[in-house]
Amino acid sequence: MTGVDELRGVFVAVAEDGWLSTALARVAADPAAINHLFPAVGRHCGRAPLAALPTWSTDDAARALLLLALPPGDGLPDRVELLYRYGDAAEKRAVLRALPLLVLGAAAVPLLQDAIRTNDPRLLAAALGPYAAHLDDATWRQAVLKCVFMGLPLSCVADLYQRADAELATMLAGLVAEREAAGRAVAEDVHALLHHLTAATEG
Amino acid sequence: MRIFDPHIHMSSRTTDDYERMAAAGVRALVEPAFWLGQPRTNVGSFTDYFDSLVGWEPYRASQFGIRHHCTIALNPKEANDPRCRPVLDVLPRYLAKDGVVAVGEIGYDSMTPDEDAAFSAQLALAVANDLPALVHTPHRDKVRGTQRSLAVVKESGIDPGRVVIDHLNEVTVGLVKDSGCWMGFSIYPDTKMSPPRMVAILREYGPERILVNSAADWGKSDPLLTHATGAAMREAGFSDDDIDRVLWRNPVEFYGQSGRLDLSDMEDLAGTYAGNSILRGGD
Ligand SMILES: [Zn+2]
Repeated sequence: MTGVDELRGVFVAVAEDGWLSTALARVAADPAAINHLFPAVGRHCGRAPLAALPTWSTDDAARALLLLALPPGDGLPDRVELLYRYGDAAEKRAVLRALPLLVLGAAAVPLLQDAIRTNDPRLLAAALGPYAAHLDDATWRQAVLKCVFMGLPLSCVADLYQRADAELATMLAGLVAEREAAGRAVAEDVHALLHHLTAATEG
Repeated sequence: MRIFDPHIHMSSRTTDDYERMAAAGVRALVEPAFWLGQPRTNVGSFTDYFDSLVGWEPYRASQFGIRHHCTIALNPKEANDPRCRPVLDVLPRYLAKDGVVAVGEIGYDSMTPDEDAAFSAQLALAVANDLPALVHTPHRDKVRGTQRSLAVVKESGIDPGRVVIDHLNEVTVGLVKDSGCWMGFSIYPDTKMSPPRMVAILREYGPERILVNSAADWGKSDPLLTHATGAAMREAGFSDDDIDRVLWRNPVEFYGQSGRLDLSDMEDLAGTYAGNSILRGGD
Protein backbone atom coordinates (compact mmCIF):
# COMPACT_ATOMS: atom_id res chain seq x y z
CA MET A 1 0.00 0.00 0.00
CA THR A 2 0.95 3.61 -0.36
CA GLY A 3 2.58 4.92 2.78
CA VAL A 4 2.06 8.39 4.13
CA ASP A 5 5.64 9.35 3.34
CA GLU A 6 5.43 8.12 -0.22
CA LEU A 7 2.23 10.05 -0.72
CA ARG A 8 3.75 13.19 0.72
CA GLY A 9 6.85 12.69 -1.39
CA VAL A 10 5.15 12.42 -4.76
CA PHE A 11 2.71 15.08 -3.77
CA VAL A 12 5.28 17.79 -3.10
CA ALA A 13 4.71 19.37 -6.48
CA VAL A 14 0.98 19.70 -5.94
CA ALA A 15 1.37 20.71 -2.32
CA GLU A 16 3.56 23.56 -3.47
CA ASP A 17 0.57 24.82 -5.33
CA GLY A 18 -0.48 27.83 -3.28
CA TRP A 19 -4.03 26.77 -2.65
CA LEU A 20 -3.23 23.40 -1.09
CA SER A 21 -0.38 24.55 1.11
CA THR A 22 -2.57 27.36 2.44
CA ALA A 23 -5.41 24.87 2.95
CA LEU A 24 -3.15 22.44 4.85
CA ALA A 25 -1.96 25.22 7.15
CA ARG A 26 -5.53 26.35 7.79
CA VAL A 27 -6.71 22.84 8.68
CA ALA A 28 -3.78 22.35 11.03
CA ALA A 29 -4.67 25.60 12.80
CA ASP A 30 -8.46 25.19 12.68
CA PRO A 31 -9.76 21.65 12.02
CA ALA A 32 -13.29 22.91 11.24
CA ALA A 33 -11.90 24.70 8.16
CA ILE A 34 -11.71 21.30 6.44
CA ASN A 35 -15.52 21.31 6.02
CA HIS A 36 -15.48 23.94 3.27
CA LEU A 37 -11.97 23.19 1.91
CA PHE A 38 -12.54 19.46 1.36
CA PRO A 39 -15.31 19.82 -1.29
CA ALA A 40 -13.32 22.47 -3.22
CA VAL A 41 -10.16 20.36 -3.77
CA GLY A 42 -10.97 19.15 -7.31
CA ARG A 43 -11.61 22.67 -8.56
CA HIS A 44 -8.30 23.97 -7.19
CA CYS A 45 -5.86 21.05 -7.50
CA GLY A 46 -7.25 19.18 -10.52
CA ARG A 47 -8.33 15.57 -10.90
CA ALA A 48 -5.74 13.95 -13.17
CA PRO A 49 -3.71 10.93 -12.03
CA LEU A 50 -0.45 11.85 -10.30
CA ALA A 51 2.41 11.39 -12.75
CA ALA A 52 4.63 9.76 -10.14
CA LEU A 53 1.88 7.64 -8.57
CA PRO A 54 -0.79 6.99 -11.19
CA THR A 55 -2.97 4.86 -8.90
CA TRP A 56 -3.78 8.10 -7.06
CA SER A 57 -5.67 10.99 -8.64
CA THR A 58 -4.55 14.48 -7.69
CA ASP A 59 -7.78 15.26 -5.84
CA ASP A 60 -7.74 11.98 -3.87
CA ALA A 61 -4.16 12.59 -2.82
CA ALA A 62 -4.77 16.24 -1.89
CA ARG A 63 -7.79 15.24 0.19
CA ALA A 64 -5.76 12.52 1.90
CA LEU A 65 -3.18 15.14 2.87
CA LEU A 66 -5.92 17.41 4.23
CA LEU A 67 -7.21 14.53 6.37
CA LEU A 68 -3.67 13.87 7.56
CA ALA A 69 -3.42 17.52 8.60
CA LEU A 70 -6.26 17.04 11.10
CA PRO A 71 -5.10 16.72 14.70
CA PRO A 72 -5.19 13.07 15.74
CA GLY A 73 -7.29 12.16 18.74
CA ASP A 74 -10.80 11.56 19.95
CA GLY A 75 -12.45 14.00 17.56
CA LEU A 76 -10.93 12.49 14.43
CA PRO A 77 -13.37 9.61 13.75
CA ASP A 78 -16.41 11.91 13.99
CA ARG A 79 -14.87 14.48 11.70
CA VAL A 80 -13.93 11.86 9.11
CA GLU A 81 -17.40 10.32 9.35
CA LEU A 82 -19.08 13.70 8.69
CA LEU A 83 -16.84 14.44 5.70
CA TYR A 84 -17.87 11.10 4.27
CA ARG A 85 -21.53 11.56 5.20
CA TYR A 86 -21.79 14.93 3.47
CA GLY A 87 -19.31 14.15 0.70
CA ASP A 88 -20.10 13.89 -2.97
CA ALA A 89 -18.89 10.74 -4.72
CA ALA A 90 -15.35 12.09 -5.18
CA GLU A 91 -15.08 13.17 -1.54
CA LYS A 92 -16.40 9.83 -0.32
CA ARG A 93 -13.89 8.00 -2.48
CA ALA A 94 -11.05 10.13 -1.13
CA VAL A 95 -12.07 9.46 2.49
CA LEU A 96 -12.19 5.71 1.83
CA ARG A 97 -8.78 5.74 0.20
CA ALA A 98 -7.26 7.75 3.05
CA LEU A 99 -8.58 5.50 5.85
CA PRO A 100 -5.52 3.22 6.07
CA LEU A 101 -3.28 6.27 6.36
CA LEU A 102 -5.15 7.71 9.36
CA VAL A 103 -4.93 6.63 12.99
CA LEU A 104 -8.51 5.43 13.40
CA GLY A 105 -8.37 1.81 14.47
CA ALA A 106 -11.55 0.10 13.33
CA ALA A 107 -13.74 3.17 13.97
CA ALA A 108 -14.42 3.80 10.28
CA VAL A 109 -15.72 0.33 9.41
CA PRO A 110 -19.31 1.68 9.07
CA LEU A 111 -18.09 3.90 6.23
CA LEU A 112 -16.84 0.84 4.35
CA GLN A 113 -20.14 -0.89 4.96
CA ASP A 114 -21.98 2.12 3.54
CA ALA A 115 -19.76 2.20 0.46
CA ILE A 116 -20.21 -1.53 -0.11
CA ARG A 117 -24.00 -1.09 -0.01
CA THR A 118 -23.85 1.42 -2.90
CA ASN A 119 -23.83 0.38 -6.53
CA ASP A 120 -21.16 2.92 -7.37
CA PRO A 121 -18.06 1.04 -8.61
CA ARG A 122 -15.76 3.91 -7.59
CA LEU A 123 -16.86 3.60 -3.97
CA LEU A 124 -16.92 -0.18 -3.89
CA ALA A 125 -13.38 -0.32 -5.28
CA ALA A 126 -12.14 2.27 -2.78
CA ALA A 127 -13.75 0.35 0.09
CA LEU A 128 -11.70 -2.75 -0.66
CA GLY A 129 -8.30 -1.16 -0.12
CA PRO A 130 -6.02 -2.01 2.82
CA TYR A 131 -8.46 -0.69 5.41
CA ALA A 132 -10.80 -3.56 4.50
CA ALA A 133 -8.58 -5.69 6.76
CA HIS A 134 -10.95 -4.43 9.49
CA LEU A 135 -13.99 -6.03 7.83
CA ASP A 136 -15.21 -9.37 9.13
CA ASP A 137 -14.76 -12.27 6.73
CA ALA A 138 -18.41 -12.63 5.72
CA THR A 139 -18.71 -8.93 4.80
CA TRP A 140 -15.40 -8.98 2.97
CA ARG A 141 -16.32 -12.04 0.91
CA GLN A 142 -19.67 -10.53 -0.07
CA ALA A 143 -17.89 -7.33 -1.14
CA VAL A 144 -15.40 -9.25 -3.29
CA LEU A 145 -18.26 -11.20 -4.84
CA LYS A 146 -20.04 -7.91 -5.56
CA CYS A 147 -16.90 -6.64 -7.35
CA VAL A 148 -17.02 -9.69 -9.60
CA PHE A 149 -20.77 -9.30 -10.09
CA MET A 150 -20.34 -5.64 -11.11
CA GLY A 151 -17.39 -6.36 -13.38
CA LEU A 152 -14.74 -4.50 -11.40
CA PRO A 153 -11.15 -5.59 -11.87
CA LEU A 154 -10.04 -7.61 -8.84
CA SER A 155 -6.86 -5.57 -8.68
CA CYS A 156 -8.90 -3.13 -6.55
CA VAL A 157 -9.01 -5.67 -3.70
CA ALA A 158 -6.07 -5.36 -1.29
CA ASP A 159 -4.51 -8.61 -0.03
CA LEU A 160 -6.90 -10.62 -2.19
CA TYR A 161 -4.81 -13.75 -2.57
CA GLN A 162 -3.74 -13.74 1.08
CA ARG A 163 -7.29 -13.48 2.38
CA ALA A 164 -9.36 -15.43 -0.14
CA ASP A 165 -10.52 -18.73 1.36
CA ALA A 166 -12.50 -21.87 0.52
CA GLU A 167 -15.81 -20.16 1.35
CA LEU A 168 -15.08 -17.38 -1.17
CA ALA A 169 -14.12 -20.05 -3.71
CA THR A 170 -17.53 -21.72 -3.25
CA MET A 171 -19.30 -18.38 -3.72
CA LEU A 172 -17.26 -17.48 -6.80
CA ALA A 173 -17.78 -20.91 -8.33
CA GLY A 174 -21.53 -20.47 -7.93
CA LEU A 175 -21.47 -17.11 -9.68
CA VAL A 176 -19.24 -18.43 -12.46
CA ALA A 177 -21.58 -21.40 -13.00
CA GLU A 178 -24.58 -19.05 -13.27
CA ARG A 179 -22.79 -16.76 -15.71
CA GLU A 180 -21.61 -19.64 -17.87
CA ALA A 181 -25.06 -21.23 -17.89
CA ALA A 182 -26.38 -17.90 -19.18
CA GLY A 183 -23.73 -17.81 -21.88
CA ARG A 184 -22.04 -14.78 -20.33
CA ALA A 185 -18.31 -14.25 -20.16
CA VAL A 186 -16.40 -14.27 -16.87
CA ALA A 187 -13.33 -12.06 -16.49
CA GLU A 188 -9.93 -13.68 -16.64
CA ASP A 189 -8.90 -12.45 -13.18
CA VAL A 190 -11.86 -14.32 -11.68
CA HIS A 191 -10.85 -17.57 -13.36
CA ALA A 192 -7.29 -17.05 -12.16
CA LEU A 193 -8.37 -16.50 -8.55
CA LEU A 194 -10.74 -19.45 -8.62
CA HIS A 195 -8.05 -21.66 -10.12
CA HIS A 196 -5.61 -20.57 -7.42
CA LEU A 197 -8.12 -21.30 -4.65
CA THR A 198 -9.15 -24.67 -6.03
CA ALA A 199 -5.54 -25.73 -6.57
CA ALA A 200 -4.79 -24.72 -2.98
CA THR A 201 -7.54 -26.93 -1.54
CA GLU A 202 -6.68 -29.83 -3.80
CA GLY A 203 -2.95 -29.50 -3.15
CA MET B 1 -27.17 19.12 -32.79
CA ARG B 2 -25.46 19.28 -29.38
CA ILE B 3 -27.87 19.82 -26.53
CA PHE B 4 -27.44 20.99 -22.94
CA ASP B 5 -30.73 20.51 -21.07
CA PRO B 6 -30.58 23.20 -18.37
CA HIS B 7 -33.48 21.79 -16.32
CA ILE B 8 -34.41 18.12 -16.16
CA HIS B 9 -35.19 15.82 -13.21
CA MET B 10 -33.26 12.71 -14.19
CA SER B 11 -33.83 10.94 -10.86
CA SER B 12 -37.36 10.32 -12.17
CA ARG B 13 -36.23 8.98 -15.54
CA THR B 14 -35.12 5.56 -16.73
CA THR B 15 -31.91 4.44 -18.41
CA ASP B 16 -33.93 4.19 -21.65
CA ASP B 17 -34.37 7.97 -21.40
CA TYR B 18 -30.64 8.49 -20.91
CA GLU B 19 -29.99 6.32 -23.94
CA ARG B 20 -32.47 8.19 -26.15
CA MET B 21 -31.23 11.56 -24.92
CA ALA B 22 -27.62 10.68 -25.74
CA ALA B 23 -28.68 9.50 -29.19
CA ALA B 24 -30.56 12.79 -29.73
CA GLY B 25 -27.45 14.84 -28.90
CA VAL B 26 -27.94 15.62 -25.20
CA ARG B 27 -24.41 15.71 -23.76
CA ALA B 28 -24.84 17.75 -20.60
CA LEU B 29 -27.65 18.64 -18.25
CA VAL B 30 -28.55 20.31 -14.99
CA GLU B 31 -30.88 18.56 -12.54
CA PRO B 32 -32.46 21.05 -10.15
CA ALA B 33 -33.46 19.95 -6.67
CA PHE B 34 -37.24 20.05 -6.46
CA TRP B 35 -40.15 18.21 -4.89
CA LEU B 36 -40.84 14.57 -5.59
CA GLY B 37 -44.61 14.40 -5.92
CA GLN B 38 -44.85 12.71 -2.54
CA PRO B 39 -44.19 15.36 0.14
CA ARG B 40 -41.15 14.81 2.38
CA THR B 41 -41.47 15.02 6.13
CA ASN B 42 -37.94 15.41 7.47
CA VAL B 43 -34.49 16.80 6.73
CA GLY B 44 -32.87 13.39 6.22
CA SER B 45 -35.16 12.74 3.30
CA PHE B 46 -33.72 15.86 1.63
CA THR B 47 -30.09 15.10 2.37
CA ASP B 48 -30.45 11.61 0.91
CA TYR B 49 -31.93 13.26 -2.20
CA PHE B 50 -29.13 15.84 -2.38
CA ASP B 51 -26.57 13.03 -1.95
CA SER B 52 -28.09 11.34 -4.95
CA LEU B 53 -27.81 14.55 -7.00
CA VAL B 54 -24.08 14.83 -6.26
CA GLY B 55 -23.34 11.09 -6.17
CA TRP B 56 -25.41 8.41 -7.82
CA GLU B 57 -27.17 10.38 -10.55
CA PRO B 58 -23.95 11.82 -12.08
CA TYR B 59 -22.63 8.26 -12.20
CA ARG B 60 -25.76 7.03 -13.97
CA ALA B 61 -25.50 9.88 -16.50
CA SER B 62 -21.80 9.20 -17.10
CA GLN B 63 -22.61 5.69 -18.28
CA PHE B 64 -24.34 7.30 -21.25
CA GLY B 65 -21.65 9.89 -21.91
CA ILE B 66 -23.80 12.67 -20.42
CA ARG B 67 -22.29 15.20 -18.01
CA HIS B 68 -24.58 15.75 -15.01
CA HIS B 69 -24.65 18.86 -12.83
CA CYS B 70 -27.28 19.95 -10.34
CA THR B 71 -28.74 22.83 -8.37
CA ILE B 72 -29.52 22.56 -4.66
CA ALA B 73 -32.26 24.28 -2.64
CA LEU B 74 -35.33 23.91 -0.46
CA ASN B 75 -38.18 24.15 -2.98
CA PRO B 76 -41.00 26.65 -2.39
CA LYS B 77 -43.76 24.09 -1.85
CA GLU B 78 -41.95 22.27 0.96
CA ALA B 79 -40.68 25.56 2.42
CA ASN B 80 -44.20 25.77 3.85
CA ASP B 81 -43.70 22.67 6.02
CA PRO B 82 -42.00 23.42 9.35
CA ARG B 83 -40.61 19.87 9.40
CA CYS B 84 -38.65 20.64 6.20
CA ARG B 85 -37.45 24.20 6.82
CA PRO B 86 -34.31 23.14 8.77
CA VAL B 87 -33.04 21.96 5.35
CA LEU B 88 -31.92 25.59 4.95
CA ASP B 89 -29.24 24.94 7.60
CA VAL B 90 -27.59 22.07 5.69
CA LEU B 91 -27.61 23.79 2.29
CA PRO B 92 -24.15 25.41 2.67
CA ARG B 93 -22.60 21.92 2.90
CA TYR B 94 -24.05 21.04 -0.49
CA LEU B 95 -23.57 24.40 -2.17
CA ALA B 96 -19.81 23.80 -1.83
CA LYS B 97 -19.85 20.73 -4.09
CA ASP B 98 -18.18 20.50 -7.51
CA GLY B 99 -21.32 19.45 -9.35
CA VAL B 100 -23.55 22.19 -7.90
CA VAL B 101 -23.83 25.02 -10.43
CA ALA B 102 -26.66 27.11 -8.93
CA VAL B 103 -29.06 27.56 -6.03
CA GLY B 104 -32.47 26.27 -7.12
CA GLU B 105 -35.29 25.68 -7.61
CA ILE B 106 -36.30 28.58 -5.41
CA GLY B 107 -39.19 31.01 -5.81
CA TYR B 108 -42.93 30.78 -5.25
CA ASP B 109 -45.59 28.12 -5.24
CA SER B 110 -48.48 29.73 -3.36
CA MET B 111 -46.77 33.02 -2.41
CA THR B 112 -46.97 32.53 1.36
CA PRO B 113 -44.89 34.36 3.98
CA ASP B 114 -42.89 31.15 4.54
CA GLU B 115 -42.07 31.04 0.83
CA ASP B 116 -41.02 34.72 0.99
CA ALA B 117 -38.59 33.91 3.80
CA ALA B 118 -37.07 30.83 2.12
CA PHE B 119 -36.77 32.62 -1.23
CA SER B 120 -34.87 35.62 0.20
CA ALA B 121 -32.68 33.46 2.44
CA GLN B 122 -31.65 31.30 -0.51
CA LEU B 123 -30.94 34.26 -2.81
CA ALA B 124 -28.61 35.44 -0.05
CA LEU B 125 -26.98 31.97 -0.06
CA ALA B 126 -26.47 32.28 -3.82
CA VAL B 127 -24.66 35.59 -3.32
CA ALA B 128 -22.61 34.24 -0.40
CA ASN B 129 -21.55 31.14 -2.33
CA ASP B 130 -20.95 32.99 -5.58
CA LEU B 131 -23.53 30.89 -7.42
CA PRO B 132 -26.26 31.72 -9.95
CA ALA B 133 -29.91 31.14 -9.00
CA LEU B 134 -32.70 29.19 -10.68
CA VAL B 135 -36.16 30.61 -9.94
CA HIS B 136 -39.28 28.52 -10.49
CA THR B 137 -42.41 30.56 -11.29
CA PRO B 138 -45.77 29.37 -9.96
CA HIS B 139 -48.23 27.61 -12.21
CA ARG B 140 -51.18 29.44 -10.64
CA ASP B 141 -51.37 33.24 -10.51
CA LYS B 142 -48.32 33.20 -12.79
CA VAL B 143 -48.10 36.84 -13.82
CA ARG B 144 -48.23 38.20 -10.29
CA GLY B 145 -45.94 35.39 -9.15
CA THR B 146 -43.40 36.39 -11.79
CA GLN B 147 -43.65 40.09 -10.92
CA ARG B 148 -43.21 39.35 -7.25
CA SER B 149 -40.26 37.01 -7.98
CA LEU B 150 -38.55 39.76 -9.96
CA ALA B 151 -39.10 42.19 -7.09
CA VAL B 152 -37.53 39.77 -4.59
CA VAL B 153 -34.58 39.18 -6.93
CA LYS B 154 -34.06 42.92 -7.28
CA GLU B 155 -34.24 43.46 -3.54
CA SER B 156 -31.67 40.71 -2.89
CA GLY B 157 -28.94 42.59 -4.72
CA ILE B 158 -27.93 39.57 -6.84
CA ASP B 159 -26.83 40.47 -10.38
CA PRO B 160 -29.88 39.75 -12.60
CA GLY B 161 -27.52 38.27 -15.18
CA ARG B 162 -26.92 35.45 -12.68
CA VAL B 163 -30.62 34.60 -12.31
CA VAL B 164 -32.88 32.54 -14.57
CA ILE B 165 -36.64 32.89 -14.18
CA ASP B 166 -38.08 29.60 -15.39
CA HIS B 167 -41.33 28.15 -16.78
CA LEU B 168 -42.15 31.35 -18.69
CA ASN B 169 -44.79 31.78 -21.37
CA GLU B 170 -46.02 34.42 -23.84
CA VAL B 171 -47.51 36.48 -21.02
CA THR B 172 -44.51 36.54 -18.66
CA VAL B 173 -41.50 36.61 -21.02
CA GLY B 174 -41.58 40.37 -21.56
CA LEU B 175 -41.45 41.13 -17.84
CA VAL B 176 -38.33 39.01 -17.43
CA LYS B 177 -36.62 40.30 -20.57
CA ASP B 178 -36.82 43.83 -19.22
CA SER B 179 -35.39 42.78 -15.84
CA GLY B 180 -32.04 41.58 -17.22
CA CYS B 181 -32.62 38.07 -15.84
CA TRP B 182 -32.33 35.00 -18.08
CA MET B 183 -35.57 33.59 -19.51
CA GLY B 184 -36.24 29.87 -19.02
CA PHE B 185 -38.85 27.90 -20.98
CA SER B 186 -40.01 24.39 -20.12
CA ILE B 187 -41.29 22.57 -23.18
CA TYR B 188 -44.03 20.15 -22.16
CA PRO B 189 -46.20 17.73 -24.14
CA ASP B 190 -49.49 19.47 -23.26
CA THR B 191 -48.99 22.38 -20.89
CA LYS B 192 -46.60 25.25 -20.20
CA MET B 193 -44.99 25.58 -23.66
CA SER B 194 -44.74 23.69 -26.98
CA PRO B 195 -41.97 23.70 -29.64
CA PRO B 196 -44.00 25.80 -32.16
CA ARG B 197 -44.89 28.37 -29.48
CA MET B 198 -41.22 28.44 -28.41
CA VAL B 199 -40.17 29.15 -31.98
CA ALA B 200 -42.62 32.06 -32.12
CA ILE B 201 -41.15 33.48 -28.90
CA LEU B 202 -37.61 33.13 -30.26
CA ARG B 203 -38.72 34.99 -33.41
CA GLU B 204 -40.10 37.83 -31.37
CA TYR B 205 -37.47 38.08 -28.62
CA GLY B 206 -34.31 36.67 -30.25
CA PRO B 207 -32.00 34.03 -28.73
CA GLU B 208 -30.23 36.24 -26.20
CA ARG B 209 -30.53 35.12 -22.52
CA ILE B 210 -32.99 32.36 -23.46
CA LEU B 211 -32.78 28.84 -22.01
CA VAL B 212 -34.91 25.99 -23.35
CA ASN B 213 -35.45 22.90 -21.18
CA SER B 214 -37.62 19.80 -21.06
CA ALA B 215 -38.16 19.97 -17.27
CA ALA B 216 -38.92 16.26 -17.61
CA ASP B 217 -39.78 14.68 -14.27
CA TRP B 218 -42.22 12.16 -12.79
CA GLY B 219 -45.18 13.84 -14.49
CA LYS B 220 -46.19 13.49 -18.13
CA SER B 221 -43.16 14.94 -19.85
CA ASP B 222 -40.68 14.22 -22.62
CA PRO B 223 -36.88 14.50 -22.29
CA LEU B 224 -36.51 14.84 -26.06
CA LEU B 225 -38.50 18.08 -26.37
CA THR B 226 -35.28 20.11 -26.35
CA HIS B 227 -34.32 18.24 -29.52
CA ALA B 228 -37.83 18.74 -30.93
CA THR B 229 -37.48 22.48 -30.32
CA GLY B 230 -34.17 22.51 -32.20
CA ALA B 231 -35.84 20.70 -35.09
CA ALA B 232 -38.74 23.17 -35.06
CA MET B 233 -36.26 26.07 -35.10
CA ARG B 234 -34.49 24.57 -38.11
CA GLU B 235 -37.79 24.11 -39.93
CA ALA B 236 -38.68 27.73 -39.21
CA GLY B 237 -35.46 28.90 -40.85
CA PHE B 238 -33.21 29.49 -37.83
CA SER B 239 -29.53 28.88 -38.59
CA ASP B 240 -27.51 26.04 -37.05
CA ASP B 241 -25.61 28.72 -35.17
CA ASP B 242 -28.84 30.08 -33.61
CA ILE B 243 -29.87 26.55 -32.61
CA ASP B 244 -26.46 25.84 -31.09
CA ARG B 245 -26.62 29.12 -29.22
CA VAL B 246 -30.01 28.38 -27.66
CA LEU B 247 -29.49 24.67 -26.97
CA TRP B 248 -25.81 24.67 -25.99
CA ARG B 249 -23.93 27.96 -25.67
CA ASN B 250 -26.61 29.80 -23.66
CA PRO B 251 -26.82 27.20 -20.87
CA VAL B 252 -23.02 26.90 -20.87
CA GLU B 253 -22.77 30.67 -20.48
CA PHE B 254 -25.41 30.86 -17.75
CA TYR B 255 -24.24 27.98 -15.56
CA GLY B 256 -20.61 28.67 -16.45
CA GLN B 257 -20.94 31.70 -14.17
CA SER B 258 -20.64 29.25 -11.27
CA GLY B 259 -17.05 28.50 -12.26
CA ARG B 260 -17.90 24.82 -11.71
CA LEU B 261 -19.25 23.65 -15.03
CA ASP B 262 -17.03 20.73 -16.03
CA LEU B 263 -17.28 20.08 -19.76
CA SER B 264 -13.66 19.03 -20.17
CA ASP B 265 -13.14 16.63 -23.09
CA MET B 266 -16.62 17.57 -24.29
CA GLU B 267 -16.55 20.97 -25.98
CA ASP B 268 -14.73 19.71 -29.06
CA LEU B 269 -16.66 16.50 -29.61
CA ALA B 270 -19.19 16.19 -32.38
CA GLY B 271 -22.77 15.28 -31.48
CA THR B 272 -22.17 11.63 -30.70
CA TYR B 273 -20.92 10.43 -27.37
CA ALA B 274 -17.49 8.99 -27.09
CA GLY B 275 -18.19 6.02 -24.90
CA ASN B 276 -16.32 7.22 -21.81
CA SER B 277 -18.81 5.11 -19.99
CA ILE B 278 -17.39 3.31 -17.05
CA LEU B 279 -15.30 4.00 -13.98
CA ARG B 280 -14.62 7.65 -14.72
CA GLY B 281 -12.18 8.72 -12.04
CA GLY B 282 -11.82 5.13 -10.91
CA ASP B 283 -8.66 3.36 -10.03
ZN1 LIG C 1 -38.21 21.53 -12.18
